[in-house]
Amino acid sequence: MAADAARPSVAALSWLILGEWRSQPMRVITAALAIAVGVALGFAVHLINASALDEFSRAISTVNGDADLQVQAVSNAGFDEALYPRLARAPGVATASPVIQLTGVVEGQSDGLTLIGLDIFRAAAVTPNLLGRPTAADGQAGFGDAGAVFDENAVFLSPALMAGRAPGQKISLSAGGRTTRLTIAGSLPGVAEGRRIAVMDIAAAQWRFGQIGRLQRIDLKLAEGADRDRTRAAVAALLPAEAELVTRESQTRRSDSLSRAYRVNLNMLALMALLTGGFLVFSAQSLSVARRRAQFALLRVLGSNRRALMSQVLIEGGVVGAVGAGLGLGLGLLLAGAALRLLGGDLGGGYFQGGQPALVFAPVAAGVFFVLGLGCALVGSLAPAGEAARAQPAVALKNAGDAVDPSARPRILPALILLLLGGACAFAPAIGGLPLLGYVSMALLLAGGVAAMPWLARALLSPLQARSIRSPAAELAVRRLWGAPSQAAVALCGIVASTSLMIAMAVMVSSFRGSVDDWLGQVLPDDLYLRYEGPSEAGGLDPAAQARLAAVPGVAAIHFTRAQPLRLNPDAPPVALVAQPVTRDDPGARLPMIGKPRPPPPGLTPVWVSEPAAWLNHLKVGEVIRLPLKGGTKVFVAGVWRDYARQNGALVLTSEDYTRLTGDALRAEASVDLEPGADLDQVSAGLKAALPPELADRTRFARPGQIRGIALGLFDRSFAITYVLELVAILVGLAGVAATVSAQTLARTKEFGMLRHIGVRKRQITAMLAMEGALLGAVGVAAGLTLGLIMSQVLIHVVNPQSFHWTMQTRLPWGLFAIVTAALIAASAGTALLSGRRALSVDAVRAVREDW
Amino acid sequence: MRRIFQALGAAALLLLTAAADTGRIAPDYAVVKPGVAIAFPADHGAHPAFRTEWWYVTGWLDSPEGPLGFQMTFFRTRPDVDQANPSAFAARQVLFAHAALSDPAVGRLLHDQRVAREGFGLAQASTTDGDIVLDDWSLRRGADNRWRGKAGGKDFALDLTFTPGQPPLLQGQGGYSRKGPQAGQASHYYSLPQMAVSGSVRRGGRTVKVSGQAWLDREWSSTLLDPRAVGWDWVGLNLTDGGALMAFQVRDAAGRPLWAGGSLRTAEGARTVFAPGDVAFTTRRSWRSPRTGAVYPVERGLAVQLPGGPRAFVLKPLFDDQELDSRAGGGPVYWEGAVSGDGARGYLELTGYFEKLTL
Repeated sequence: MAADAARPSVAALSWLILGEWRSQPMRVITAALAIAVGVALGFAVHLINASALDEFSRAISTVNGDADLQVQAVSNAGFDEALYPRLARAPGVATASPVIQLTGVVEGQSDGLTLIGLDIFRAAAVTPNLLGRPTAADGQAGFGDAGAVFDENAVFLSPALMAGRAPGQKISLSAGGRTTRLTIAGSLPGVAEGRRIAVMDIAAAQWRFGQIGRLQRIDLKLAEGADRDRTRAAVAALLPAEAELVTRESQTRRSDSLSRAYRVNLNMLALMALLTGGFLVFSAQSLSVARRRAQFALLRVLGSNRRALMSQVLIEGGVVGAVGAGLGLGLGLLLAGAALRLLGGDLGGGYFQGGQPALVFAPVAAGVFFVLGLGCALVGSLAPAGEAARAQPAVALKNAGDAVDPSARPRILPALILLLLGGACAFAPAIGGLPLLGYVSMALLLAGGVAAMPWLARALLSPLQARSIRSPAAELAVRRLWGAPSQAAVALCGIVASTSLMIAMAVMVSSFRGSVDDWLGQVLPDDLYLRYEGPSEAGGLDPAAQARLAAVPGVAAIHFTRAQPLRLNPDAPPVALVAQPVTRDDPGARLPMIGKPRPPPPGLTPVWVSEPAAWLNHLKVGEVIRLPLKGGTKVFVAGVWRDYARQNGALVLTSEDYTRLTGDALRAEASVDLEPGADLDQVSAGLKAALPPELADRTRFARPGQIRGIALGLFDRSFAITYVLELVAILVGLAGVAATVSAQTLARTKEFGMLRHIGVRKRQITAMLAMEGALLGAVGVAAGLTLGLIMSQVLIHVVNPQSFHWTMQTRLPWGLFAIVTAALIAASAGTALLSGRRALSVDAVRAVREDW
Repeated sequence: MRRIFQALGAAALLLLTAAADTGRIAPDYAVVKPGVAIAFPADHGAHPAFRTEWWYVTGWLDSPEGPLGFQMTFFRTRPDVDQANPSAFAARQVLFAHAALSDPAVGRLLHDQRVAREGFGLAQASTTDGDIVLDDWSLRRGADNRWRGKAGGKDFALDLTFTPGQPPLLQGQGGYSRKGPQAGQASHYYSLPQMAVSGSVRRGGRTVKVSGQAWLDREWSSTLLDPRAVGWDWVGLNLTDGGALMAFQVRDAAGRPLWAGGSLRTAEGARTVFAPGDVAFTTRRSWRSPRTGAVYPVERGLAVQLPGGPRAFVLKPLFDDQELDSRAGGGPVYWEGAVSGDGARGYLELTGYFEKLTL
């Protein structure tokens, strides 16, 4: 019996909990909501990315077929076809299927496609899903397939490309800088919906698209029972520098690494949101415990033991956490679905191209995020539960007021230790290419900042407290906050957490945007830019076409560029090898150099590497590296330049060096200096007329201002999710402030009654509450801003360089600071005022006599 | 004859697609003419100027478990591709190879195939002597005039040496063999009958030594069969008395012979060439394939006119189900199996019984 008596029945417990929530719904709701937001964001980011990766790997396996092993060229230039018979004879290889693989584009369309040239006989054994099904003129498929397969003008189209076309029709296809009219010979039934793939005979592809003697890929089928690793080793030993062995795993890794940093960052931000939720739960539960101290004391007197009280508070927190986490999972699912539809699988980050991924539900991840949400709420309830259980029933029953002794000094040491640890973590290097310790640093800083709140509140208010204040209301407000800083801190920790997180994000984004804007100004020095819709490597301008463009009236100078992907490492995404109109003497004229470029020693070709390229490939100025081009060319790293355009890095060569090293004399994009007084539209029209017809259709002319607009638009799009996150953080923060302040105010009914008894007027009490609220808000803003600025520096100088490999200069969004300050002060003052009115409506005499 | 339809079907389609195109250089196919002397060893090798060509070995093997039938064919075709294409992958010549093992214990054919465009040393047919390589398969004539053939895959493998016991048998008029009523419908054709076989056969993981008799058919041509042809029956028989008999008929849709021919050479070397009226195939028993539903006359009567009077054979299959469905590899459905009777052992080929092959 005794044990039963010590434990309140489930009915009694739920009655107690529900009664508490019914009286304070806002606080419970905001706490649950904060948890929900954190869980939703984390889960949504995970879902979106899992779906996108799934889509990406399906896209890769469609293009690759089902080869056991694959040898790929490190650049579009391919490798010598003599490798094919060598690999075909390698031990362990059953069949080698040589492949031409080019990026192409169909006339009149801007979306790119993958053009594949196959030897049907080899592909039949290695990648049967890439075989075309010929459709004869009478619509009958079948016998005599070989005919259309060898036809130099025949092309087979995937369902996505076939849309609106029919076999027998002709299409113009550009790839490798050449354009050819081909006849649609049939479909590719083995290629999935949404993939843009065109397949033709390998000999025809080599001939029509200028690839004689070259291959981009060899697919390998292993002999039955062959040892995979031994075969890999045997194949790898045969490869020249221009080719590398890739596996499904390394390709998945490569696609994963494309967006890994972006994704981990979003996940970390989601965890931060979860942390904020935890603080809000803490704040809500602390207040609720403080308010119910007398209730708990009575329960103790009635026979409840400490364990029962503790579990009651924990169960309350747990239910809030579970409801919030459950809500968050649903919300995350919705959010992910909407984001995939609106922004695509990379959340607008621009990492994945191609089909729209379908949402893939992840039960394990759902479980993990649910537990995280629940855990946050439980941890947030732990301290208040302990406090509830510790209270001495006799003291608590009598004293329903603030249990804090105003003469006690708030402790600062734990906060300092946390802050120092956080600071130290910021200087740690990345782990596995991810700024994990950077985030640990931010979390520690956040915790330290919150822990410092009581001390900080008193320190900030000390100057006011020391002075004599004329207005009694103001004096009361200051003295109360100064005297009970721990209670103020409870109210503040939610605000501080959400404000600082939001400020940190805002400062980082505005710094990033400002730096990108500056950079755009540096890299767009000319008057007019020629861009192509669709893949730029599909078409190209040969030297004759370049000369024609240069001769257009009104053109003072025209500069051509060209970029080709080049893989330096099988696991990393390819860097861009770029031909730019730079000179060896003054690369800084067209490249935003970081530091001073160094002239190359005689006989060595200079290459200027972008910041991400230098970071990812560990390149240093003054180093000599070998490029995996024909003959393994040695180049000299002559300088590092700032680039926000290519996250995987870019290597710039002078136009002449590029042609010499790659043998590629074609150029794609161009920029034009106009003669003084030349009419922009006239020159554009002249240039358009001078372009090859298949390029003219998809050429767009843009002024630097327009490009800048497009680029910043893309930037904003890719940060759309972080803007949403900021907004949510602000709203949750404000709701937290409102709930906390109103709860604290309502708990002080007896104090107000006492004040009324000693002659303080209602108006004065209201003014006092408003001032208290405003002061509280101001302290919160001051702390949140400071903490946010510190955390923003961690984001800018640690997290960003470590995950994206670029640096930026800090820009402060003053306007946002002003808005946040005003909103927070107004919100806390306003809610204090409103709930004060409610508290004051109780009769003063009754309030004082009220026993609890 | 065998897979000629396959190649010809492909060629017909090529002509259709090529007609619309201008400016391309079509292949100039050599024409089969009478009076062209067959010369060895060069004619053991490939004739790349012609559209199609094959090296076709069939025979009976004696294994410890009893008799087996086998066929091993290397086939060259010259597709109608633009001769101007400088690519090393241009399909100027394509090599096919096909091998099948008839084992009564299995009750159906074990078969495998290879196909590749000629080039890169992986697939090539010498023009100076019998020497064909197609990936891991090959057929080579050695300096000692023995031929060695290697073929096989997962289910079985053949590694056989063929020793000619008689001089080459030139078919038709000195190797010029008519295939239809039109003068142009012909091929260059010789056979190596009565070849002694030695070597090994692997079935699953077990390899056994074998010996036996084989027949090598060599034929090359550029010319289409008669458009009315639906299929053909062909037989090549090593007679126990040392003689060699080849007979064929090309059938129309009604099953009537459009053309027929063949020859018999005795062990002493006396040769009789059959005119179309000298060859008569009859059906003694038919077998319906449970897979394709095609009905094949698997037990045949064959009567040929010899100077000394008619000679008749009753040819019974080693077992019924020697049907070969090569549609997965782009080929036809046909029956090709070991047959024997009346002092003869050899191979019977029956095509055009599943569907009329597109011409």
